Order: sequence, then C-alpha cells, then structure tokens
Amino acid sequence: MTNSIGELKDAACILAIGSNTTAAHPVIGFIVKQATRKGNKLIVANPREIELVRYADIWLQQNPGSDVALLMGMARVIVAEGLLDQAFIEQRGENFAAFRESLKDFDLDSVAQITGVPVAKIVEAARLYATTRPASIIYAMGITQHSHGTDNVMAIANLAMLTGNVGKPSSGVNPLRGQNNVQGACDMGALPNVYSGYQAVSNPAVKAKFESAWGVTLDDKPGLTLTEIMDAAHQGKIKAVYLIGENPVLSDPDASHVRKALEKLDFLVVQDIFLTETAQLADVILPGVSFAEKEGTFTNTERRVQRVRQALAPVGEARSDWWIACEIARRMGGKGFDFASPAQIMAEIARVTPSYGGITYDRLETGGLTWPCPDEKHPGTPILHTAQFTRGKGQFLPLKYKPPQELPDAEYPLILTTGRSLFQFHTGTMSRKVGGLNKFMGEELVEINPADAAALGIADGDTVRITSRRDTVAARAKLTATTPPGVVFMTFHFAESPANRLTSPALDPVAKIPELKVCAVRVEKLKQSVAV
Amino acid sequence: MDEIRLTVDGREVKVKKGATVLEAAQAAGVYIPTLCHDPDLEPYGGCRLCVVEIEKMRGLPTSCTTPATEGMVVHTDTPAANDVRRAAVELLCADHYSECLTCPQNQRCELQKVAAYLGITRLPYPKTTRTFPVDDSNPFFDLDRNRCILCARCVRACNEITCVGAIDLAYRGYQSKVATFGDQLMISSICKSCGECVAHCPTGALAPKESRRPTREVLTTCPYCGVGCQMSLGIRGHEIVSVRGKREDSPNKGWLCVKGRYGIGEFVSHPDRLTAPLVRRDGELKKVSWDEALDLVARKLASYQKGEVAVITSAKCTNEENYVFQKLARAVLGTNNVDHCARL
Ligand code: FES
Repeated sequence: MTNSIGELKDAACILAIGSNTTAAHPVIGFIVKQATRKGNKLIVANPREIELVRYADIWLQQNPGSDVALLMGMARVIVAEGLLDQAFIEQRGENFAAFRESLKDFDLDSVAQITGVPVAKIVEAARLYATTRPASIIYAMGITQHSHGTDNVMAIANLAMLTGNVGKPSSGVNPLRGQNNVQGACDMGALPNVYSGYQAVSNPAVKAKFESAWGVTLDDKPGLTLTEIMDAAHQGKIKAVYLIGENPVLSDPDASHVRKALEKLDFLVVQDIFLTETAQLADVILPGVSFAEKEGTFTNTERRVQRVRQALAPVGEARSDWWIACEIARRMGGKGFDFASPAQIMAEIARVTPSYGGITYDRLETGGLTWPCPDEKHPGTPILHTAQFTRGKGQFLPLKYKPPQELPDAEYPLILTTGRSLFQFHTGTMSRKVGGLNKFMGEELVEINPADAAALGIADGDTVRITSRRDTVAARAKLTATTPPGVVFMTFHFAESPANRLTSPALDPVAKIPELKVCAVRVEKLKQSVAV
Repeated sequence: MDEIRLTVDGREVKVKKGATVLEAAQAAGVYIPTLCHDPDLEPYGGCRLCVVEIEKMRGLPTSCTTPATEGMVVHTDTPAANDVRRAAVELLCADHYSECLTCPQNQRCELQKVAAYLGITRLPYPKTTRTFPVDDSNPFFDLDRNRCILCARCVRACNEITCVGAIDLAYRGYQSKVATFGDQLMISSICKSCGECVAHCPTGALAPKESRRPTREVLTTCPYCGVGCQMSLGIRGHEIVSVRGKREDSPNKGWLCVKGRYGIGEFVSHPDRLTAPLVRRDGELKKVSWDEALDLVARKLASYQKGEVAVITSAKCTNEENYVFQKLARAVLGTNNVDHCARL
C-alpha cells in the first residue's frame, strides 16, 4: 500500500476494485464500511455482488477481465470533463500526452460494450472519484490475477496520478496482500530477480555488495519464478526442490500439472506444520513450527514490520524454520548461518537492506515500523511518494485493452472466477483444522446464478461437475444471484474440490502472475441433492 | 490545540476540547461507575450510572454524554447521584441471573464492579423468575439473555465497528431483549462471528464457549491475512485459550475477525501437527532423527548442479526465515531459483 490502513477511514472516496474486502481482509472491510457510515463515498467495481456492494454509492459490475477498459474509460471521462489535477500532472508526472492519446481507443460506447457497465455509470463513477478528494483505491487479486494484471495495476496508477491522489493522506494506490507475510517475503528477496529490499541480482554494484557481505560468488542471472520452476521440473531440468510452508498442489493454477511436476522430481523436501497435499509427495518432511511457537517479524500489507513472539514451546521435535534452514546451510558448508536468534538475522537484514536499515528488535518492542526506515533515527514512512516517486517522476502509461486469454465458447460456455471465503483461508491447511470455521463453510460450494442453473437443470445443493480445458472437479452447487449470469465462482480452500485444477496457467508477461480469475468451464449436473 | 480546565471532586484537570466529563474524570483519576459507556463506541447515555452533579447546572447529567467546559466544577460521589445509580443497579440485579460463581465473566463483570462500588448487598425487590433459553447456536460464543443488562454495547459494536447490524434491541419495556432479525438463532442470522459483540459485553451475556482463563498473555501478529492485526494470545499450559485485539499502535485498533479471534488455538494445537522429521523409505514415510534428516537433505542438495535446484519459500514464514531461505539458495545452492506464492 502507498498509504496506511487507518487512513482509509478518512478517504472522502474509496474505489474498491477486484477486492472482496470483507471476506479476504475483514478488518480493512470494517474500516471501509465505517468510512461509508461517516458519509464518505464508496465505489465498488466487482463482477460479483459482494458484501461491500450493499454499502456502495456506485456498483460497477464489470465483466471479469475487463478492468483496463473500465479504468481507462473512467480516465477518459476525467480528462474530457477537465476533472484532472493539472498541477500534479505537470509537477509530478511524465508521458501524459502519450497516455491521453491512448484514451482515444476507449470511447465510452465500446467501453460499455466490453465491460457490460452502462455509460452513465462509468461517467458517474469517474466524476465521483475525481471530485471527491482525497480518494483512495484499494485492490487485490481480482486485479492482479489476470494475463494482463500488470496493465490493470498500471491503469489504477494512471487514475490515481490523473487526479493527484498520490502522496497525500488517505489517498493512494493500495494493494491488499493476501497472506500475512507476502509483503515481507517479497521484501526479503524470496523472489528470483532481487535480493532483500528489491535490490536487483543483475545489478553489478548490488552483486558486489552481497558477495562481500556473504563472502561468496553470486549469480547475476535472475532465477526461475514459481510457475517456471514447475515447468522446468516437468521437463526434468529442475531435479530437486526445497519447499517451505506452501501447498502448490492446491494453490497453483493447473494443479494437476504442478502435481506431476513435483512427482517427477528426483528429490523433494517439504517443511511444514501439517502433512499437506504437497508434503504427501515429499522424500523428506521437516516439521516446522506455527507462528505461535517462534520469534520473528511479519510485514503487513501497509509495509509495517511487526513482531511475532513465541507463546508456546514447539510441539514434539518441531523446530523453527529459520533454524532448520541454517542447519542445512551449515551442513552444506555454508558460511554466515550461525545465527543464535531471529534478532541477529534482523541485524544482518538491516545491514544489507536500505529500506529496513533502521529496523531493530529493540525499536519493534513498542510497536511496528513502516518501511522505508533507513536508519535508527528514522520514524518510518506510512505514506509513500509524498515528494517524488521512486523513479523520480510518475510515468503515465498508455494502455490497450486485452481480453482474458481464455474466453467462453460453445464447449466451455461459462467463466470460472475464484476467490476466498471469510471462514476459510488459502488452501485450508490452518483454517480447516478449526471445527467452528468448518461449521460455517465446510465444503466447496460452486456459486451459480439461478438463471444459468435453471438452463442446466441444476438445483441448489446438487452435485455438479465443473470441467475446463485442463481437468474436471466435482462440488455442490449454490444457487445465488451474487454471481452474475455467465459466471461461476469457486474458492480454492478445499482439497476435495480443487478449483485450481481447472484454472488457467496463462501468465501476465511482466509479473508472471497466473490468470486465476478467468477461465472457461462447463458445468453439468452429477447428482441430485439429497434432502436433509 | 484547545485545552479546557475543570475541577472534578476537587482535583484540577486539563483535557482536550471535545472531551466528555467522564473522560475528564478519568484523566483526573476519579472513578465514575459506568455500564453502557465504551471507549470504542459512540456515547450512548442509556444506563444512567455515570450521573454526576455539576455546579450551576440543573439535575443529574450523564457524564458520558456531557461535554466538559472551561471552569466546570463536577462532583461525582454525591448522595443524589448515588441514589440514582443504586436504583438503576437494583433494578438490573432484580432482573439478572445472579449465579456469579458459574458465570464466565465472574470477577471481570462490570455489573459486579458497580454493585460493589455502590455497596449493594441485598435487593429490595423480589428476583424475577423469567428465564430465556441460552442461544448456543454459534460455534464460538453463547448468548445468555438472562445475564444481559440491555446496555446495547453488543448492538452498537455490531453497528459501529463491523457495520454488520446482525443484532438489535427488540421489543419494549420488560420484553426488551437483544435479538437478531426475525428473532432467529444467532447461527441463522447475518452474523459473521467476528466476536466484537462478545469483546464489548460488560457481563457474561455474550461469552466465548472457551471459558478457561489464560495464565499469561503474549502479544503477537495474526497469522492469517495481510492486515497484520496485533493480538494477545492467552496461554494456559500448552494451549491458546483466548485471543484479544490490541487497541493502541496497531493496524486493527483492537478489532479482529472470526479467524483471528476464534481460528487460531485449534490449528496450533491440532493432533495432526507434524512432530518429527520423516524420510521416505520404500515408499513409506519413516520417523528419523534431526541429524539424519538434515544430513540427508544437505548431502542430496549438494549432489545437483546449481541450476537443477530450486527453493520455494513461504508467505506464512517470518521475514527472518525468508531472508535465510533466499540466502541459502543464493549463497549455498548457488542459484537464484527462489520464489514463493506472492502471485497466488
Ligand atoms: S455510562 Fe453514561 S449513561 Fe451509561
């Protein structure tokens, strides 16, 4: 997030796009709803009638995968009606002319055609967003998990810069990260192209710095991404994988392909707290500990580094994940893995990572610190880009609408989109162990619009078969108008109905994020529901 | 910043403009009994426990709703104020299921606290005999209306904090009660089980099903989504028996969702947890020692070419762990093949 969570309450206007906030980030959902109670404006852009729609001033029900068209259409209205922040654009932006030129492709009639949103609503939303300041945009996987996810994010950035909604309190571009420490894992360089603090492995100065810090020779060629690792494993090029605390057999697209890739490996080590679907494929399983049994830090979606403190002794012989990795490194002859505590690791992180330079356990004792926090006197940076952007000026990007890579056809007439339930989490490894949560949602329910269901002869509770070009999955149907006609919705929480066997592995070319939000499927009735 | 000076029970105190008389008294270290007041919620003025006398002001204003003004002279512990409080609490007690020993809120109950402050040791009215059935339909908490004092803190929390509005005060007078829409069971309502109502209930009317008290608390960060809610885990032996949100210096201001409040202890202590290293031998997973497992992993990983190995790390693990994982990949395995599920 460019801004902090608490600022959302004072955003005069919030645009929530591709985020089912009350289900995936419930406490941020509270704050968004509280803002609307104060009379602040809310625009929700979502194909599904999510809970937030009830609190919204405007609901834009765009077709899945049409976000670029919707956002560029709004930008076009803002430019045409002169609602832009001229001063901000001149002082802080560049490439505006080319961007304005690219808006020509987005005449509102075609935008309405592509998005399914009436012209009047697009105009109304654009005016409300542009004239109600400060305005904040929040978004999540509904924006990023597309074959053109990077374009979606750029379209959001364009809109925010166009209206000067950057670098000010309660404004900004605010991605809501899904897992507790996705932000931190990225910050720490658990990515193939960067070290901690997003320092590029290909940069010679960075390479030299880490070589001297770690006392080794390093590779300046970026490595493979998760999806590429799976492909390489499939082809036999990757032979061994050390996998920690992930469950790609359920979370990754085209999951049957992932399973086959992992089965092909010569050696698979899985470190986890449960025997997950992925761990069942392993040659060696190392028992890690839960968050409650270890010391450390997580970095939340607003870049706030906060302490995790040990509350319980590890179960059985389980050990902290950092200890296990250090032991493996040491036994392989690695130098610089003699850490006695996570506090010592943080000290090294601070030494080599400019944005974490001022973060110490002592300082975290009294509360979190928001990076960039370059030195021990620095108070942290809740709002980014107040004076300038990381790259200097903010670049407006001309964009083109690209449809999702897989569209419905005669054989696969429906769009499958995926998401999360409030009562489960990710692949259910933790939340499905909780009886009460299972009582609220204990199995996958495929949401189908009653109109589609009627045409297919499907009644509420019937078991249906969902088939995509990749695989087939069975689950019970839930008839609901929440999901629009032509679209079906599934979560990916349940191993028994693994939605990601169906999803498309089409990748965004830049971010390499798979298109989990759109794939084509057909749905057939398998079994009548048994009345209870 | 505008400051106001006033006197509460003879003590001078300075507060920010906009503060209530109750807040001024608290700032002066003076206790005023309250029941419906809650610092997380808008002033309500329903229970009349917080009445005070203010010089040059008529009647007995409720301090929780009265703004403090310059030069005010406030008396909190006067016979007139205590008469009003006593009458209110005696009525509440007559209608209250007073089996305190078996109440989940025993000794934390705010009704007990105000009754003790007023010195109420016997009741002038006969106890009512009406009983409500306990609504135990929610898997995480019970609603026992026999212990409800109708302060509406639950209703207001559900409205003001979560904005869900699953419950309201229904019916009138003696029939008044906290109810869901259509007076259904809690489980059949639109309640999302976040437990904010439970966290704000002053008595045992809304109480978690897990009623054991922790012996210590540990402040930490929630392991579910990316909001990073700050929470205190209540520990009893080797179990987590309670979770409390942290109000200050936290992204969540004390609030929690259903997973954070009720979805942690059970998975942490689940019998399916992995408790020893396992190695596959002849297709079967066998328990081995750490030394054996770690040596095997180190030996095997060392046997491949640099580009043939990959490390997949975890968005559930800590920063320190992710740092060590990528360092292991880059500095020891010699590869940048390191990634995690950021994109999923
Ligand atoms: S606390 Fe003031 S009226 Fe209840």
